Amino acid sequence: MADEQKPEGSQAPPPSGGEASGPPPKPAGDAAKPAVPKPPAAADAAKTAAPKAPAAAHAAPPKPPATMAATPWTSELANEIKERFGDRIVETSTYLGQNFVVTKPDAAVPLLEYLKLDADFDYLVDITSVDWPKRPERFDLVYIVYSHSRNERIRIKTYIPEGYKPETAVGVHLTANWLEREVFDMFGIEFAGHPDMRRILLPEEWTGHPLRKDYNILQQDDRWVQENLGIESGQ
Amino acid sequence: MPDATFLDSTELVLNMGPQHPSTHGVLRVILKLDGEKVLGTDCVIGYLHRGVEKIAENRTYAQFNPYVDRMDYVAAVSNGLGYCLAVEKLLNVEAPPRAQAVRVILTELNRIASHLLWLGTHALDIGAITPVFYCLREREEALKIFEKYCGARLTTHAFRIGGLQYETYDGFEQDVRDFCKMFLPKVDEYEELLSNNRIWVARLKNVGILNGEECKEYGVTGPVLRAAGVKWDVRKAQPYSGYEKYDFEIPTRQNGDTYDRYIVRMQEMRQSARIMQQAVEGIAEGPILGKIGKVIKPAVGEAYVSIEAPKGELGYYVVSDGSTQPYRCRVRPPSYVNLQALDRMVRGGLVADVVAIIGTLDIVLGEIDR
Repeated sequence: MADEQKPEGSQAPPPSGGEASGPPPKPAGDAAKPAVPKPPAAADAAKTAAPKAPAAAHAAPPKPPATMAATPWTSELANEIKERFGDRIVETSTYLGQNFVVTKPDAAVPLLEYLKLDADFDYLVDITSVDWPKRPERFDLVYIVYSHSRNERIRIKTYIPEGYKPETAVGVHLTANWLEREVFDMFGIEFAGHPDMRRILLPEEWTGHPLRKDYNILQQDDRWVQENLGIESGQ
Repeated sequence: MPDATFLDSTELVLNMGPQHPSTHGVLRVILKLDGEKVLGTDCVIGYLHRGVEKIAENRTYAQFNPYVDRMDYVAAVSNGLGYCLAVEKLLNVEAPPRAQAVRVILTELNRIASHLLWLGTHALDIGAITPVFYCLREREEALKIFEKYCGARLTTHAFRIGGLQYETYDGFEQDVRDFCKMFLPKVDEYEELLSNNRIWVARLKNVGILNGEECKEYGVTGPVLRAAGVKWDVRKAQPYSGYEKYDFEIPTRQNGDTYDRYIVRMQEMRQSARIMQQAVEGIAEGPILGKIGKVIKPAVGEAYVSIEAPKGELGYYVVSDGSTQPYRCRVRPPSYVNLQALDRMVRGGLVADVVAIIGTLDIVLGEIDR
């Protein structure tokens, strides 16, 4: 690992120089246009310098810079899941002591159901999403479940492309109702079969989904603001 | 003519809020009524939406820290603790023992302050005017400790990623001891005022029942879950910040009604004082900040960390892409998830109970709308 990083460092001194002087590159991008974020490919150069710069990084496990240094998760449960779902499970991993399962998009809800009925994961903690615009499967859809009896928490992740309509989890956990509505509101991911697929935090007529990376932080629905608030702009 | 002799029996839609004194913020509930009976509800939320999660993606890890205080603004310390723990998890560092002990003290103090505000306003909703004065009087003492510690009373920004923002002031320990000593008998006083009060009992008993199974189904956490007989508390189940060192109980009740939720919170305040009394004795000496760099830059990865906030499980799911800003910072607010169960709780009840039930859920709209 060390010899892999050395050439990188000598090859790219500017990023590490920028590191030492701190914020400069950030605020600029922040005020102007975060619309072009820092997904894997674009930020590669900056990232290679990352693990070395902060003192804290020494504690992090050594790893290739651009991906999460997850290690395989082996346990009875992981094996059962793999056995049951076969190749619909992409990986079972653990990172920082937190276990997660990556599934094919159509296996997420069946897995939730299986975990609830057969493994006693009776509490759906959260559903959320992460936008990676440069990736073909644009969104991470993340389910966090917890089992009261096993005192164990796992994440179920699935990668879905733009426009894909994942199955709703409301049939398995009622709490999914509002959580999915928020994902829809913020990311524009529509859940198939959801009983009430409406926006929840933003006004019904709002256009755009703010937590997508191509939605600028200063952006807003000007037409909505003008019509409903009677002002030129909310900024 | 004959038409007028019959009462109109169609469904009545009643709008409650968003500016309603007992919705504890800007919550709008659309009630469908049959006379006094509630047939269904529709909650309209989002009036306080500030895009906190979007802001997180455009700030550095440290810059975002003060923003979390503005979500559950009556329990800002808990919000800060959850966020700091999540980023520390990503960095794979732990706060030093001294910082952990002070964190526990301040968080529990904040739990008391949050429950006191809840008790006072809840009683006010039900029609008992007196408790709110007493509750705010004691809450003031708690806020004074915050003020002396960090200069702020509500949005404290007490913690910093890796440890504490400030060293404690001279006399901090004594202030905490005095507070606990003063406070514990006060809880008995509140209980004397309310617990056996006939009106109080009549308004709360068997109102808004949510049993353990329904709680799990709706993902409800915190005192609401424990009042339904589920003995689950993140502080015990997955201890953080050194909670495993302290001896305390998880109060539970069996009925899952409004009255039980009241009792659970009263007992929780006693337990919080008990934890503080233990934590304040022999706070470890040493640094208040762990070994984190000047620039906080976690390795690529993700972590979900949750704590037991006064309202329930408060979780932070933070994704790092290796830069100085969170790539994604999802907040799992307990109030948001708990509020979803409102519909189940009020169905079939009376309009007047809706107020009691919203009060007993102890929601904060700043946290729901983010």
